Amino acid sequence: MTDTAEATTDIRHTQDGRTGRTVRFSVFRGVPGAQASYVTYDVPEVEGMVVLDAIHYIQKNLDMDLACRWNCKAAKCGSCSAEVNGHPVLMCKTRVDDLPEGTVTVAPMKTFPLVKDLVTDVSRNYKVNAAITPFTPRKDEPTPWKIQQHDIERLYEFRKCIECFLCMDVCHILRNHDLHEEYYGPRYFVRMAGLEMHPMDDADRTDEIRTAGGIGFCNITKCCTDVCPEHIHITDNAIIPMKERVADRHWDPIRRMFTKKKQTANAADAAE
Amino acid sequence: MAQDATTKWTPPERTGLAKESAFHRLRRRAPWWLLPLTVVTVLSAFIVYGIWTAFFGGKVYTAPYLSPFYSPQIWWNGPVTPALWVLPFPLLFRATCYYYRKAYYRSFFWDPPACAVGEARKKPYKGETRFPLFLSNLHRYAMYLAVIVLIFLWIDAIAAFDLNGHFYLGLGTAIMVINCIFLSAYTFGCHSVRHLIGGCVDCYSKVRGGVKRYEGWKFITKLNERHAMWAWLSLFSVVATDVYIRLVMTGIITDPHF
Repeated sequence: MTDTAEATTDIRHTQDGRTGRTVRFSVFRGVPGAQASYVTYDVPEVEGMVVLDAIHYIQKNLDMDLACRWNCKAAKCGSCSAEVNGHPVLMCKTRVDDLPEGTVTVAPMKTFPLVKDLVTDVSRNYKVNAAITPFTPRKDEPTPWKIQQHDIERLYEFRKCIECFLCMDVCHILRNHDLHEEYYGPRYFVRMAGLEMHPMDDADRTDEIRTAGGIGFCNITKCCTDVCPEHIHITDNAIIPMKERVADRHWDPIRRMFTKKKQTANAADAAE
Repeated sequence: MAQDATTKWTPPERTGLAKESAFHRLRRRAPWWLLPLTVVTVLSAFIVYGIWTAFFGGKVYTAPYLSPFYSPQIWWNGPVTPALWVLPFPLLFRATCYYYRKAYYRSFFWDPPACAVGEARKKPYKGETRFPLFLSNLHRYAMYLAVIVLIFLWIDAIAAFDLNGHFYLGLGTAIMVINCIFLSAYTFGCHSVRHLIGGCVDCYSKVRGGVKRYEGWKFITKLNERHAMWAWLSLFSVVATDVYIRLVMTGIITDPHF
């Protein structure tokens, strides 16, 4: 390559926004049942680069066999969840210049079974979703529904969930204790809270939350809230309100006494 | 059609990545142990101070101030210090509080010590489904008792404006009022209050006083968003109030007043 060509290349790189710095990435490589290891790649840093950009650079230039799941690159599809420096994050939302100096480690989500490299099998989550009693509209409600703002406002937050499953990944009940069959996980308490608090929903999921959902396993350590890229207050606005509803039914004899009296009175009215 | 809520599935076999795989040993940069260590230190100091006050601290009263550890005055000359009759209720409230549960599960039980780190536990994890931790569900009863104690603290703070029938405003009065404000923000910003005020309602338009309950719920939510801050502030203010009154009582400092 001539000096002129090199100079041209440098100018092009500058125009591309390259900072001139090289960042070292240590990326998990492996498939189930085979030897797995961290492989090191040196990636030229670009202004505003996110970890997903680096992974794409590796795929294009250094290791075309590297597997990673992604879609929108705008923190809205929830596909590129991984663990960067041990923190569950969306790779597309994690800027390289925000990370501390030194090698950046990228690993797949630990809670889910590995498919290949950074790709994990999250299908278990869809099975949990299918097991939840779905939205059950009230039968006596005239259509079209008229819903007041104050009745629905709480639910907007829950609708922001992009199903990245970072909350499920970080939840120690699933991650460290492997209680996949006993515990639905934070994402699905968000969904259940959204259904339970819906003004037009008629189903009662309180017992389901306690038994099949296993909400008693949650010990409120708030890691799910900490990692949520949509900043949903998972613990305060979904899990704790659901725990309180379970407490209403099973831990509050005074409230239960009044509810029983009311039910008895209603039954007597109906009989008359 | 609703699916069977109890449907179970078999999780996919975990292969390739063994749970304790060396590849998943986290390479931490941030000092994740810093927060648990701080919480353990501060909470332990409070526990030690509380025990000392309850058993050996004497009776902390100097007109017109009464220490929050001894309010309300029950069995002042009984066989044990009056603090023992009062302390269990606010302690129960704090022990079952959703914020403190997070703090001590992380810091004392290391379950987990921080997010996405390993745990030392060998026994099967049961969370709050077994004795004694399921007793945390009694939080709302502890809240009712804490509200009663809080009422007495406000009475004491208001009574501190009066010394022998004359208006009195000292530094101690201000400390007692600030303590009551912090305790009120902590108590009424609690998740159980938030639930009882309006969180338990599905459709505000269909219950009596629904809009008022919604407004109340929104107000409590604002307090609740800073629940951890109020928890710590109120903890410090209780100790600070007790220490201040103790120092005035023993004559180490003089109470500046109008």
